[in-house]
Amino acid sequence: MDVVNQLQRQFIDYSASLHREGFLDDQFTQLQKLQDDNSPDFVVEVASLFFEDCEKLINNMARALEQQQGVDFKQVDASVHQLKGSSSSIGAMRVKDVCIAFRSFCEAQNREGCLRCLQQVTHEYSLLKNKLQTLFRLQQQILAAGGSIPVVE
Amino acid sequence: MDSCNCIEPQWPPDDLLMKYQYISDFFIALAYFSIPLELIYFVKKSAVFPYRWVLVQFGAFIVLCGATHLINLWTFTMHTRTVAMVMTTAKVFTAVVSCATALMLVHIIPDLLSVKTRELFLKNKAAELDREMGLIRTQEETGRHVRMLTHEIRSTLDRHTILKTTLVELGRTLALEECALWMPTRTGLELQLSYTLRQQNPVGYTVPIHLPVINQVFSSSHAVKISPKCPVARIRPAGKYMPGEVVAVRVPLLHLSNFQINDWPELSTKRYALMVLMLPSDSARQWHVHELELVEVVADQVAVALSHAAILEESMRARDLLMEQNVALDLARREAETAIRARNDFLAVMNHEMRTPMHAIIALSSLLQETELTPEQRLMVETILKSSNLLSTLINDVLDLSRLEDGSLQLDLGTFNLFAVFREVLNLIKPIASVKKLHVSLNLAPDLPEYAIGDEKRLMQTILNVVGNAVKFSKEGSISITAFVAKSELLRDSRTPEFFPVPSDNHFYLRVQVKDSGVGISPQDIPKLFTKFAQTQSTATRNSGGSGLGLAICKRFVNLMEGHIWIESEGLGKGCTAIFMVKLGIPERSNEPKLPFMPKVPTNHGPTAFPGLKVLVMDENGVSRMVTKGLLVRLGCDVTMVSSSEECLRVVSHEHKVVFMDVCVPGMDGYEVAIRINEKFTKRHERPVIVALTGNTDKVTKENCMRVGMDGIILKPVSLDKMRSVLSDLLEHRVLFEAI
Repeated sequence: MDVVNQLQRQFIDYSASLHREGFLDDQFTQLQKLQDDNSPDFVVEVASLFFEDCEKLINNMARALEQQQGVDFKQVDASVHQLKGSSSSIGAMRVKDVCIAFRSFCEAQNREGCLRCLQQVTHEYSLLKNKLQTLFRLQQQILAAGGSIPVVE
Repeated sequence: MDSCNCIEPQWPPDDLLMKYQYISDFFIALAYFSIPLELIYFVKKSAVFPYRWVLVQFGAFIVLCGATHLINLWTFTMHTRTVAMVMTTAKVFTAVVSCATALMLVHIIPDLLSVKTRELFLKNKAAELDREMGLIRTQEETGRHVRMLTHEIRSTLDRHTILKTTLVELGRTLALEECALWMPTRTGLELQLSYTLRQQNPVGYTVPIHLPVINQVFSSSHAVKISPKCPVARIRPAGKYMPGEVVAVRVPLLHLSNFQINDWPELSTKRYALMVLMLPSDSARQWHVHELELVEVVADQVAVALSHAAILEESMRARDLLMEQNVALDLARREAETAIRARNDFLAVMNHEMRTPMHAIIALSSLLQETELTPEQRLMVETILKSSNLLSTLINDVLDLSRLEDGSLQLDLGTFNLFAVFREVLNLIKPIASVKKLHVSLNLAPDLPEYAIGDEKRLMQTILNVVGNAVKFSKEGSISITAFVAKSELLRDSRTPEFFPVPSDNHFYLRVQVKDSGVGISPQDIPKLFTKFAQTQSTATRNSGGSGLGLAICKRFVNLMEGHIWIESEGLGKGCTAIFMVKLGIPERSNEPKLPFMPKVPTNHGPTAFPGLKVLVMDENGVSRMVTKGLLVRLGCDVTMVSSSEECLRVVSHEHKVVFMDVCVPGMDGYEVAIRINEKFTKRHERPVIVALTGNTDKVTKENCMRVGMDGIILKPVSLDKMRSVLSDLLEHRVLFEAI
């Protein structure tokens, strides 16, 4: 039981720190609320889908921005739009913020700015992926120890 | 010899007398025969002679006379009876013809005389025509000179050139000795010599204007001969010669103000200039009439030309003035624009930059309050919180006021609970009032409607401000708040004569009176109450804080609500009453053209609120699709997911009760899908409710959604509670229109 409590406390603290540091926002909490006995892995599924999407979109954008002759800003913009949508659906606040800045650079057709933003997005995305993976591992550990995942309000 | 039947002459032929008679008769006969010959000769020469018949007669008469005398020659000697017979016949004939001729001449001679008269008459006529010709020629010449002069004068608009040219041309045309122009001085009492022909720089001779000779010239529109000795004519230094004849003419100086469009000025102008012209002194020339006429005409032309020049000068001056004003106005406008832009920039910056840190301060301080603190720390945090709240209010007030003054503030009209507003105010004010031991009472009239249409937030702000002021300025006693519907007799208040409210069926006037027993206000301060930043000077008010903006903002809100606010006080120490009236709408259920609003409190159902509700979700973004599905599954719905518009149209059926679609889908517009769905399901109860899920709620998106017949918009990201309430509203009312 101590182990479970400890793990649960760790989980709560970690979750709170993610929220505090701005990696996640309220939307993620909502998602967590949707998880119940009928869909026990809802959040993990959504997160995996998000990571897949992210990688695909980032690759698309990198390829489009690498073009030496004529960058197709419209394509880049469409990808950023998708990414923004996905990140706001999952509650990835920092990724979403970078996407907003990214979009304005796309509108201004500023290649340098876009490249910078792409770097930032990649960075944020990898950070978030690590953090979420840690969070999910904690969850697994709690479940394996026989406890239940505490609800963070 | 008696038997020869001869006739003896009476006298012997050798008589001397007889001899003379014989010679005379001979010559007579000769003359009488030669005259007709001459006549015939000369008449033949001139073909014009009209009286041929008379001549013939005359000739016959002469010839016969001659014959008679010729035959008489034979009667001097003895002659036969035949000769006597011939003689007698000749004499008879002669008698007849001469009598006939005499008679004829009676007719002829008057005619001949009249011919002579006619000749004389024609000669006179010819002389007259000659004279007239001469006159016309001189007139034509004058006219030519005038035209030429006018042309010269009018070819320039410069006043000096005009006058100089006039003098030069006149001098040339009329071969003048000297020509001068005297202009009236500014005072109008003297004439000053302004221009002369021969002298280059006329020194300023002046002559008083009221000399009789000058008056004479001014009073006549003709050129007047004046004496060379009068002062205006003494231009040249005194010379040896007798000066020639001098003529003076007036030149009217027309003023700009004389030109009315509709009536031409009678020459009632008082100002004239004088033009003096002198003939050369050594010639015996006289001024001819046509020359005088020329001078008069030129004087008139000069007047016109001068007035044109004056008008031109005037208009150029006006144009320069206008240009200057234009430049100044432009500058002022640009400055004003700069100022406005600076202000807007400032406001924009203030708005965002100041609110953000304020927000952080307030949020974090309140969070801090929640943690464990020592009592001193708690006090400090509370002070921080209070000060930052005040600062935040101040910022909001200032921003509100500038937006109000801009005119850019618009009321957010909506239906709200009037009673609730008053209760809320009371709740907010009660703590402070009880600290100050003030008693607050609220009195709502029974006929006051429970619901009204207006700007709830700002009405509350106004009431709160007024009540807050009452509390602030009262140290003890009680505050009473009364609210009732203003009746029409009471509406026209004698104190506010300029406020004429007119109640109608859809509106009523809410009248609120807040009476306090505080420090009161002196009558001279009352007008200043509603001005910005003005505060009364007493120390009590100074310590109470506040920016002085509250009442100014209230006044503007009340004005926006088509009302009126004022304060009455009997003086210092006697408390005061704040009264305001605002126009509110009366809500009616059937009367509302707008879509109904969502109730503020979302109803809380159980987790499976909508069991088995068939829902279609269209979203291209995988993650967001999954999230939405998760939400709906949690609420118990049966969710079908599609990722493209074509798929959506294919799959949608009358079993689906609600369709959620993301309208930011590139490619086929979400709007088009809505239109297609509307077309597909003609009957309204078969059609699923269409709701747009979107990341932006600007006006354009909203309008587009309404236009294509969507039933509602939801702003992403959606929380569980929001989704729940949206669905329940949709299914209850079938129409939503906005959920944020």
